[in-house]
Amino acid sequence: MAYSEKVMEHYTNPRNVGTLNKDSKSVGTGLVGAPECGDVMRLQIEVDDNNVITDAKFKTFGCGSAIASSSLATEWLKGKTIDEALTIDNMDIVEELALPPVKIHCSVLAEDAIKSAINDYRVKNGLEAFELAKSHH
Amino acid sequence: MELPIYLDNNATTPLDPRVLEAMLPYFTTKFGNAASRNHPFGWVAEEGVDYAREQVAKLIGCTEKEIIFTSGATEADNLGIKGVFEMYHEKGNHIITATTEHKAVLDTCKHLEKLGAKITYLKVKEDGLIDLQELEAAMTPETILVTIMYGNNEIGVVQPIKEIAAIAHKHGALFFTDATQAVGKIPVNVIEDGIDLMAFSAHKMYGPKGVGALYVRRKNPRVKVTSQMDGGGHERGMRSGTLNVPGIVGLGKACELCRLEMDEEATRLSALRDKLESSLTTMEESYVNGNTAHRLPHVANISFKYVEGEGLMMAMKDLAVSSGSACTSASLEPSYVLKSLGLSDDLAHSSIRFGLGRFTTEEEVDYAIENTKKAVNHLRDLSPLWEMFKEGIDLSKIEWAEH
Repeated sequence: MAYSEKVMEHYTNPRNVGTLNKDSKSVGTGLVGAPECGDVMRLQIEVDDNNVITDAKFKTFGCGSAIASSSLATEWLKGKTIDEALTIDNMDIVEELALPPVKIHCSVLAEDAIKSAINDYRVKNGLEAFELAKSHH
Repeated sequence: MELPIYLDNNATTPLDPRVLEAMLPYFTTKFGNAASRNHPFGWVAEEGVDYAREQVAKLIGCTEKEIIFTSGATEADNLGIKGVFEMYHEKGNHIITATTEHKAVLDTCKHLEKLGAKITYLKVKEDGLIDLQELEAAMTPETILVTIMYGNNEIGVVQPIKEIAAIAHKHGALFFTDATQAVGKIPVNVIEDGIDLMAFSAHKMYGPKGVGALYVRRKNPRVKVTSQMDGGGHERGMRSGTLNVPGIVGLGKACELCRLEMDEEATRLSALRDKLESSLTTMEESYVNGNTAHRLPHVANISFKYVEGEGLMMAMKDLAVSSGSACTSASLEPSYVLKSLGLSDDLAHSSIRFGLGRFTTEEEVDYAIENTKKAVNHLRDLSPLWEMFKEGIDLSKIEWAEH
């Protein structure tokens, strides 16, 4: 199975690899997946007073599509408000990266990681966690 | 040195040019049907097949009449196991195999289960070898067949074939072995090893795809299998179908080359393999899978913890290898062979199989070492698990959201 050019591009030059201070109140961290399943994503966002995501970082253990999905997610998150970020759908990622059906779970994981990072940020700041509507697993 | 480098010789091997040369006339001028008994075209083709049969027999220490040509090892596995089950069903219905067998054996056994066979799937030890005491304990008066592979396709471990055969025979059962990875790579002698039936394939030993053979013992004891393909009664009635003459000629030539060059090749390849393996295992948290004393000379299976196999292969640009990671197949389960060794799923996901071959050079191995190290380091920089490991976090204590 050959990878799409966009997956290769993100895989070869992943954007926003790194770590934010998970103890900071302005940082939300999402850690999703499991080593036994062959993919784990950690996605972090830094949010300013206006609810705008000023920075996003990721690290991913997984296949090329998982790495590309999280790289793309961080790229999309930067500059968005929390509310806008919540509208990112896994199918947007599938479309952008031209993921084949067997790799759709990578995009689902990326969406989960976004929501889980947002929830971590919300809970840290005394807000209620959003219900995670989608669970594809 | 040309890129990409092929290090997946357990999947298939390139055709040796000398084999191709031997085959070519049988596509064109010597195109006859080996079963045409009444004209020279048939005779010439038959001669080619007869000669190939001798070449094959000589490699494994049997007589020509004990070789049945098939379309490959999968067919030979099916014919050998199903054929014995049908032929000896009055004697018993119990077959013993192991969990690390190739799918061609396992799925054949599963098929027979539906037809009333009782199958025992022996577990293997951590090093991939079966426990001979467990085998002995599993034998019953109903046991008609023990089927254990010679060398494993994923990790390369070589089972104690002589001892297994002796146990099978002691209890009146036949011994079948899928020797696809072993024949042509290490000395395999059906008499010395006590093998009653054996499957193997040309394309794993620098021959063409689409041809293989089943060895069926004719003396002490005389073994019979019922045919699984009905038709013109070729191959002494055990496998009908017009003979694939060029393929068979290629298998014969491949066997001859292996017989003549095996010793030297095995020495060279195991030295290169050891170099690859010892260099790569100097990296932190990398582990060799399978027994390292009893194994094929050209295989190394290594897990690089905290990186995922498919992602790793993508980074190992210009290297053709394979992985026990789930992501390489349509299923999400990692390699059942590695799991049979007791490897955790995450280590199974992190494994890479390097398969060296006749045309692998030292320069290529050196390149592979550097390229793999770079790829592992790159992916560990991207891996949250590696970061957590480095921070001293116990990953087994984390509640992962299983999906």
